Amino acid sequence: MPKNPDIKKVLVIGSGPIVIGQAAEFDYAGTQACRSLKEEGIEVVLVNSNPATIMTDKDIADEVYIEPLTAKAVEQIIIKEKPDSVLPTLGGQAGLNLAMELEEAGFLKEHNVRLIGTTALTIKKAEDRLMFKETMEKINEPVAASLVVENIEDGIKFAEKIGYPVVLRPAYTLGGSGGGIAHCRQELEDILANGLRLSRVGQVLVERCIAGWKEIEYEVMRDSNGNCITVCNMENLDPVGVHTGDSIVVAPSQTLSDKEYQMLRTSALNIISELKITGGCNVQFALHPTSFEYCVIEVNPRVSRSSALASKATGYPIAKVAAKIALGYTLDEIKNAITGKTYASFEPALDYCVVKIPRLPFDKFITAKRTLTTQMKATGEVMSINQSFEGALMKAIRSLEQHVDSLMSYDFSNLTDDELIEELKVVDDRRIWKIAEALRRNISTELMHDITKIDLWFIDKLAILVEMEKTLKEQPLTEELLREAKRMEFPDNVIGQLTGKTEAQIKALRDEYDIHAAFKMVDTCAAEFSATTPYYYSCYGSENEVIETKPLKKVLVLGSGPIRIGQGIEFDFCSVHCTWAFKKEGYETIIINNNPETVSTDFDIADKLYFEPLTPEDVENVVRLEKPDGAVVQFGGQTAIKLTESLMKMGVPILGTKAEDVDAAEDRELFDEILEQTEIPRAKGHTVFTVDEALKAANELGYPVLVRPSYVLGGQGMQIAVSDTDVIEFMNIINRIKQDHPILVDKYLMGKEIEVDAVCDGEDILIPGIMEHIERAGIHSGDSISVYPAKSLSPKIIDMIEEYTRRLARALHVKGLINIQFIDYNDQVYVIEVNPRSSRTVPYISKVTGIPIVKLATKVITGSKIRDLGYEPGLQRKSDYYAIKMPVFSFEKIRGADTTLGPEMKSTGECLGISTDFNEALYKAFQGAGINLPQHKQIIMTIADKDKEEALDIARRFDALGYKIYASRGTAKFFNDNGIKAIKVNKIDQESPTLLDLLYEHKIDLVIDTPSNGIERARDGFLIRRIAIETGVNVLTSLDTADALVSSLEHAYNNNDLSLVDIAKI
Amino acid sequence: MKAFLILEDGTVFQGTSIGSTREVISEIVFNTSMTGYLEVLTDPSYAGQAVTMTYPLIGNYGVCHEDMESIKAWPDGFIVRELSRTPSNFRSDDTIQNFLKEQDIPGIAGIDTRALTKLLREKGTMNGMITTNENYNLDEILPKLKEYKVTGVVKRVSCKEPIHMPNTGYKVALMDFGAKANIANSLHKRGCDVTIYPAMTTAEEILAANPDGIMLSNGPGDPKECVEIIEELKKLYASNVPIFAICLGHQLMALATGADTHKLKYGHRGANHPVKDLKTGRVYISTQNHGYVVDESKLDSNIAKAAFINVNDGTNEGLEYIGKNIFTVQFHPEACAGPLDTAYLFDRFIGMMAK
Repeated sequence: MPKNPDIKKVLVIGSGPIVIGQAAEFDYAGTQACRSLKEEGIEVVLVNSNPATIMTDKDIADEVYIEPLTAKAVEQIIIKEKPDSVLPTLGGQAGLNLAMELEEAGFLKEHNVRLIGTTALTIKKAEDRLMFKETMEKINEPVAASLVVENIEDGIKFAEKIGYPVVLRPAYTLGGSGGGIAHCRQELEDILANGLRLSRVGQVLVERCIAGWKEIEYEVMRDSNGNCITVCNMENLDPVGVHTGDSIVVAPSQTLSDKEYQMLRTSALNIISELKITGGCNVQFALHPTSFEYCVIEVNPRVSRSSALASKATGYPIAKVAAKIALGYTLDEIKNAITGKTYASFEPALDYCVVKIPRLPFDKFITAKRTLTTQMKATGEVMSINQSFEGALMKAIRSLEQHVDSLMSYDFSNLTDDELIEELKVVDDRRIWKIAEALRRNISTELMHDITKIDLWFIDKLAILVEMEKTLKEQPLTEELLREAKRMEFPDNVIGQLTGKTEAQIKALRDEYDIHAAFKMVDTCAAEFSATTPYYYSCYGSENEVIETKPLKKVLVLGSGPIRIGQGIEFDFCSVHCTWAFKKEGYETIIINNNPETVSTDFDIADKLYFEPLTPEDVENVVRLEKPDGAVVQFGGQTAIKLTESLMKMGVPILGTKAEDVDAAEDRELFDEILEQTEIPRAKGHTVFTVDEALKAANELGYPVLVRPSYVLGGQGMQIAVSDTDVIEFMNIINRIKQDHPILVDKYLMGKEIEVDAVCDGEDILIPGIMEHIERAGIHSGDSISVYPAKSLSPKIIDMIEEYTRRLARALHVKGLINIQFIDYNDQVYVIEVNPRSSRTVPYISKVTGIPIVKLATKVITGSKIRDLGYEPGLQRKSDYYAIKMPVFSFEKIRGADTTLGPEMKSTGECLGISTDFNEALYKAFQGAGINLPQHKQIIMTIADKDKEEALDIARRFDALGYKIYASRGTAKFFNDNGIKAIKVNKIDQESPTLLDLLYEHKIDLVIDTPSNGIERARDGFLIRRIAIETGVNVLTSLDTADALVSSLEHAYNNNDLSLVDIAKI
Repeated sequence: MKAFLILEDGTVFQGTSIGSTREVISEIVFNTSMTGYLEVLTDPSYAGQAVTMTYPLIGNYGVCHEDMESIKAWPDGFIVRELSRTPSNFRSDDTIQNFLKEQDIPGIAGIDTRALTKLLREKGTMNGMITTNENYNLDEILPKLKEYKVTGVVKRVSCKEPIHMPNTGYKVALMDFGAKANIANSLHKRGCDVTIYPAMTTAEEILAANPDGIMLSNGPGDPKECVEIIEELKKLYASNVPIFAICLGHQLMALATGADTHKLKYGHRGANHPVKDLKTGRVYISTQNHGYVVDESKLDSNIAKAAFINVNDGTNEGLEYIGKNIFTVQFHPEACAGPLDTAYLFDRFIGMMAK
């Protein structure tokens, strides 16, 4: 069936801010789909509150709204833009829910807008637990026995009927918050009680436990003609019980015979047919390990993280095809863009093995429990491709950038056998390392399998790697052995460690024996047809098939690896834009990256895509083959910057700012020299290595001081210390990982934080705008609310910022981008930090100013001057709009993580509020971040003594707005003494009702809790914040944020008439 | 032990010997299925060929004897990237290593199967030799390879005596040109009383048994070689007994009614081939295993018309015979290995017998 001619203008709903469970994969899918729609001449209207995405670029859609993803905002967009259709299946669960809300309210029908891709009924059948169960029963597809309960007694009754263990899933919580597995009555009571409290509707699903079964997923596509195909199936190394987003996943399945494979494939097709999905769909199965029994776990009638993974694993562009199907095309009419010969109606055949490993944030949340459950915790993931599972696993491990490069990277050798066996029972992110240690000790693989339920096939593969470690350690390193170790993707430095040689010696040996990586193509068809799309992976012991390319200048663009806190989607935005800009300048572009969720690893972004770990050795393999004329590192975040030195050693020129200048910005002493030269002040500070040195420095500077390692992202390890105890504690935390660079101890200035991104051509600078943070210095810039244009700076300060930026950019010989953070303290500007590279704020500032910063930076890198690009150097005219970037957190997903904000970044994503009116922009930003007040008009305030005075005004204003204030004893007394009504509530350990009881009543809108500086030691505050987060109550730990919130509330915006801003017209 | 795969164009791959160590010359083909290596090994259509599996990890779930598609392994050789040393599946009876030895199938592992596949794709299916003799002499071997031709394979793989699978439903005569077990099973499961006949059974004998329907099976080799069978099929065509045919059976029926077949450059072997039902426009994913194809351009439109085509390359995948109760497909609705999407065609056959 050809395209439906009635579809002319389509609204695409994005997924909003990046949170755990909903990340960059939707930017990838959305971007691909929008391009696919535009290819067909469709006018695309886009709404997404996330400014760091590529999909919100004016090149991607015709009308772009970075507005809060609320029903009201989307309704207004529909009224204004009058699209004829809405495509709801690209924006994750958030987008889907929003579309359903509009559909169910009758709004879409009323405005003659249809849902395309998938009907509302289909979505309901897949999403509504009861309807889903009924649908599955109708077509005889098994689901695990389950019952929705509203009290503990019913839960116990049902659990005893179906038998323990049972899985508990609270209704309406994101990412499975509050769920778990109960093995006995006691556990059931505990988890169920918590789950019922957490659930907004007080419902928990009690389900037969299928933990330990094999978890298998199928990605299926269906068109309106009823044609169905499966794109890919995947097997989780971690059996059912660990969220698939936190599991190590392999594609295709490895331990399924054809009978099992086809049984589940047929089931998946039956399901997608019964649900009448038109587009893509993900079906998750639990397969009994020793029978043909299976259960359907879940169906997602939309693109998903798994579909992004399947697309990258096979080369089959699911989102693109889904968009075409939504327009009416059938699978046999859509060309397979990879081969250009075959059609979308075939099933990819893989001739390699794909491994995905989640990137978990436990390095950021050191107090958090590492346990993996049905609630997803990963912020991102890496994927690798190889001809063997062993090789793919080794490549994926080193792609993580978590100081791991082999199965020896986590050391469990100090445990006794018994302790190790106990550790194996703990399901966490280090499980494969524990298994490796157990294998080294010859603990029986059967026992390991009994404990972990991980299939013996996978355990045997780990054993093969462990045996190779042993062989390398014990036997002479012959050519044959080295070949075999490289075939299993042991990196040179690990081989060196094991054989007592240096990495350089191993490399020399490889050169001598001519052992080099070869590159193979991902072609969707296992070489059956010739493919034209250059998407490659490396392996050893094979023939190289990369084709020599046209004699253009070649540029290597280094990507930013897995999404993690501190290095998010914004760097993918920069990498992609830089690649596009280089293409326009006539370069051949090559991307290396390993993140399957991103746009940069889509096969048609660069001229060549290498899906590889971003380590010096892996990058060198590509360099050896491609011999690029230069590499750009300034767009790929810290991951790319870290490769600078290695690239120079390989003889690859760094395009843009020189490596020594990058270094000068990071190296304390060199940087101090530059500041002296340019006469720019900074907070006094010292570089130290030991605790004693740190204490000496801190006492000399006077408390408070800022303690942090150099060369880190997102302020990792950065803390404000107010006492010697703090300094000792922080130094010990930082030094848990061996530091190659000194630790910085600086005087902490509590002023207004200001941020600038600028392009410099070596002489002139272009500053698109100045941003100001709502929170005072001390809270990481990524966790602060950022306001553009800066609102409260005097002309003198603005001039100083412009001048300092110019001086710094020139002194560092910046060619390309520079990001500088300043403090406005006592009417003086101090420099905090200079990063001669792209930053988190680049996408946002580009969009609101309409100045394509990355493109300009790329042009400057290739030799253009700012003046030739049509811009007057210096600070650009203020935009007519206020644009407020609001951090968004995922605290509810990470059990035990402290929500207190400080110098170490904790947010996972951001959203934007944009308006000509400052307070409306602020209101929109809070809305976008899900802080939607008022609900019950009740708040809790627990304020540290030092903040009480300042909190008074905020309390007064909430009071004036009619909010009821509950407060802990001290805070309540202070407020009452000062004439503000506050109700005293008991502390946690006092008799009921306490603050916690208040939270469990689900009638609190907000908690304002300011902890004292330093590490929060009070159990109460921590608990209150955690319980608030887990019951879905917003928590603010900074009075500045609270102040901004109350300001936005005072303006009482009517939801119905938000002003809308089309970003594409700026 | 080292093993070598020598192709007729002089290319030599070095790997490790698996299975039998005897030397063999065969036609080298590739299969892109990611699962179902045992079904492939026991598919009689691979007689006279050595199969390369493009998926690199083979043997992961071992050997489940109940999945065998015939009583033994048929390929002349087995070519893989890697054999799993520890299979894991609850039904696994044995390792693939043992199976190959037991079945006396020579093979080679550890070679770049993708490079080999690309070669076969570019140059077309080639003959080759698998040997463990390190002192091979290309000057002697290459002429032999070029000369080699697969012959007489249908006779080799077909059953020698009729086999009866009693049941209460329609009586089906299944002509065994190298039938996969699941053809008979698919019919038997649907209640059919199936008698499997040796390939050389005469039409008279078949018709004398008074079957409700005749099923022509898949099988190996060049269809044009089966001159005698084609003669018998002409008689079956003339009878009014409903006929359903798969793969070789489809090609033979086409030849029996005056159409032509030719060899594809490198064939269709895998479990991911899209075929389109021209009547409904529906596309199904099918298992395929054929090196020859019916030439659609030479069809007599009064005798047969195309019913299915391959979405990838447009070649013929099925025929409907005009004015006859005969339906034939090039692909494998019995799957094994592969998707079960077209199993409904057996129901259609039942429907044809019901008329």
